[in-house]
Parts: sequence; structure tokens; C-alpha cells
Amino acid sequence: MKHLLSIDDLGREGVDELCELAESFLEVTQRDIPKVPALRGKTVACVFYEDSTRTRLSFETAAKRLSADTMSFSVGSSSVAKGESLRDTVQTIEAMGIDAMVVRHRAAGAPNRVAGWIEASVVNAGDGRHEHPTQALLDTFTLRRHRGPSLDGARIAIVGDIRHSRVARSSTKAFAALGAKVTLVAPPTMLPESLAGWPAAVSCDLDAVLPEVDVVYLLRIQHERQDATLFPSLREYTTRFGLTVERAARLRDDVLVMHAGPMNRGVEIDPEVAEAPRSVITEQVANGVAVRMAVLYSLLGSGAPVA
Amino acid sequence: MPDAARAGQHDKPAAAPGGGLSMSGSGRELELRTSVFSADDLRRAHTRIAHEIVERNQGAEDLVLVGLYTRGVAIARRLASAIESFEGVDVPVGALDVAFYRDDIGLRPVQPLGTTEVPVDVGDRTVVLVDDVLFTGRTVRAALDALTELGRPRAVQLAVLVDRGHRELPIRADFVGKNLPTKLAEDVRVRLADVDGGDDGIELWGPAAGAGSAGAGRDGSYPERGASA
Repeated sequence: MKHLLSIDDLGREGVDELCELAESFLEVTQRDIPKVPALRGKTVACVFYEDSTRTRLSFETAAKRLSADTMSFSVGSSSVAKGESLRDTVQTIEAMGIDAMVVRHRAAGAPNRVAGWIEASVVNAGDGRHEHPTQALLDTFTLRRHRGPSLDGARIAIVGDIRHSRVARSSTKAFAALGAKVTLVAPPTMLPESLAGWPAAVSCDLDAVLPEVDVVYLLRIQHERQDATLFPSLREYTTRFGLTVERAARLRDDVLVMHAGPMNRGVEIDPEVAEAPRSVITEQVANGVAVRMAVLYSLLGSGAPVA
Repeated sequence: MPDAARAGQHDKPAAAPGGGLSMSGSGRELELRTSVFSADDLRRAHTRIAHEIVERNQGAEDLVLVGLYTRGVAIARRLASAIESFEGVDVPVGALDVAFYRDDIGLRPVQPLGTTEVPVDVGDRTVVLVDDVLFTGRTVRAALDALTELGRPRAVQLAVLVDRGHRELPIRADFVGKNLPTKLAEDVRVRLADVDGGDDGIELWGPAAGAGSAGAGRDGSYPERGASA
């Protein structure tokens, strides 16, 4: 594997292999000295054209725990403010000597372009509304740890702004690749225009879907980005699509609750639900480091030497 | 990846003299040369090594047996149950994966064979590393690094079923089932019922007679017997 740009690059086998590898790295992250020398001498650059806390820190932590050096770049404090193009910026960073570049960009497809411009391996850390493959891998890994290696027959509801969500797109593909049945739940305005490329069913009625699910995956309502036309008010969204205490009480005890973060407590999820034992939200974050270690190790550590 | 598919990548020489040594079986056909150990031989070797470990350490207190994936773990369990049977001490058994400490990462696909699990604090204990075949010594080198990350053992010893020579590092075994002089092109195959199925046994495989001439010159010499013997 040279780049990780989309879940489509992996298929079931690739997702399985990375999750198995992540299992070894999870053990590493739980040690007193959570560090292995596997990527000594390699350099990983995090190039983020969009704000991020967890993804970026997660990648940096993953690289450091593999003993790689890290470089970090954010648009606010860079020459991008002086008008430097994406291509010039990434080629400049590569010229300093890097082995992998983790790219987040608001434009869908930007990491694919970057992969064509530089020799280093490129990891897509979220591109516009397109994909967020490492989030999908960590979600899959988290579910596998609770349910076993196959997700065959697992019923997963993904609830929220599906249309604008790269997480929903990548995770749906990854869950479906492992045999899960995914249902996308959202107001009609937040569903994709077409289901082409979405191996999933759809529903606009959360209460009808909840009795039939094993996992409820909540997406953040990006109210700061919206022009407020997708639904009348946050309160109305919560009333119809929020995982409230009252709704959570109707779930079977073994139903898991996931969230890609950051959470809007009281909007798509009630704080009590986020803290409940069935919630695996903080576990997702911890697993994210192990999964990103697996991705970086697969790109840089195993296989043929990167020329 | 299932263990069966991962097995067999241990301790292959990182680079072949003269270049181009293939992984076992991929470059040329190997055929059975000799059966080195039968199931009974293997059982006796386990028993003897278990006794030697206890004798050397004047008891089995403060010991921990740490097997290297995949077969080392199974052998460590057998040694522990042997020690339990004659010494009455339940020696803890750990499993160590050394993939992330290997020195050939990036030169070939290096995948973990399992998840490291050492049930006790290795600090202030004597650790006996256990593996099936001692060859180049590079796996053991990686294991020493991996072990150091878990704590500071009082001492580290090494037990192997077969020492086949061809060391590339200054490493020796403390407990050896059998010193087996081999050629580089040969392959020592350890079969353990609890890992591989079938009956226990150790076999020496070598290039098929017809294909032998290709590698004869470069692999012709037998090495010195292991210095530890």
C-alpha cells in the first residue's frame, strides 16, 4: 500500500488486516512506555488545511509512538496566507525530506492530487465531504473489539447530516465491507442526493429504526457551517433525531453508541447518554491512535523500501 | 492474518551471502532430508531443558518464561507445565511479539505474529526467552529490545529447541534442545501439535537433488557447532 486515500483502496481484506495490526499497536499504547522503534528515522508531516484537534493530535501521537519524527503545518500560520498554492506548499514540505504526508483539506479529492505531486505516501485525514478513511477504520476497529472480527449481520444506524459527512461515507463503506447492514437516518434535507456509492438503506424516522439496531452512530450537527435551512431549529432536530435519555432507555442493553466527535451535547446526543456504559466514544479516540499507528506502519514500515 | 500464514518469517537471514537467498520454498523446491526429532525426542528435550532451567536458577521462584511468537509461546507453556510437574512451582508464561523491534523493517514485509502479553512485572525477575529455532540471532536481538521496554529483568536467559548455527550477531543460547549443523539453503521445520496440528516433530529440509547444483557452491560449508554447547 502506497497511499491511503479512500476506504475503496482497502476492501474487506485491507480493513481486516489493518484492524488486526491495530490490535498489536493497541497493546503497545497501553504499556508504561508506549513506544516502539518501528519507524525510527522516518518523518511524517501533518498538513492540515482545516481545523482539527483529535485527528491531528491522534496522527502525531501515532507517529511519535512509532518513533517517527513529526512535522506539523497549519494554514493559519503559514505561507498559505501569502497565497502559496497547495502544490507549491506540499512540494516545499516534501523537499525537507519526509516519508509520509497526512493531509486534511476542505476540497474533496485534494489528497489524491497531492499524491500525484509528491513521492511520499499520502494519508487522507479528511477531504471535504468526500472521505475520512482513518476514522472509518477506527470505528470498525472499535466495533470489532466489541463484536468480534466479523460485522456480518450487525445492524448499524448512522444518524445525522449524512449528506455533508465524510465520516458517514467512509464508515458506511467500511461497515458494509465487513458485512454490516447500515441504515442512514436523517431528515430528507440531510440525506445524500443519490444512494449511488452508499451501500446502505435510508430512513427519516429514528424511532422506527431504533428497535432494530445493534449500534447507533451519531454524527455531529455542523450548525456553525450550515445556513440553517436544513432543519427549522436545533431543538426540533433534537426532538426528532437526537439520542435523548428517553430514546436511549428504549435501546437493548447491548446496543452500542458511537460518535465521531466533537459532540454537541444536548443536540445530537444527551450528556447522560454520552457518559453511559454503552457509549464507546472515548474508546473510539483511544483506538484512533492504535489504528493510525497501523496505517503509518503499513505505509512506511512493511513491504518494499520506499524509494 | 491467521497465525499459520504469518508463521515462517522468523529469523531468516536479512541478506544472503552472494545475494538472492530466497525465503524457504519460494526459490527452489525443498525436500525432506532427515527427521531430527520425533515426538518422543521432543518431549525428552522439553523435560531436560525444564530441568536445566530450574537447576541453573536454583529453583523456579522469580522465573518467568517468555515465548516468542508463534512456536516459542507453545514451547514456553510446555516448559512451564514440566516445571510445575516436578518442582511444584507455577511459573508464569508470557508471549512476546518482536515485529516492531526487528532490524529489517522496510526491507521486507514485517507483520506482528501476535499481541505481546506478559502477565507479570519482569522487573527483578529472571526472564527465560523461549523460541523454537536459533539461527541468525536477529529475532533474539529484537526480543531483548522488546523485553527492555517492559522492565529491567534481573537476568535474561535463552532457551531454544534447535540451534542451527549461522549467527550474524554475538548471541548464544543458555539451554539448547539440539545443536544442528545446517547449510544456509536448508530449512529447519518445527511442528508442534498445539500450533501446527499433526504430531510433534523437527525435520531438516534441503534443496531437491536436481536443483541442488544451483546453490551448492555458496552454501557448501557447515558452520561450527554452536559455541554454547
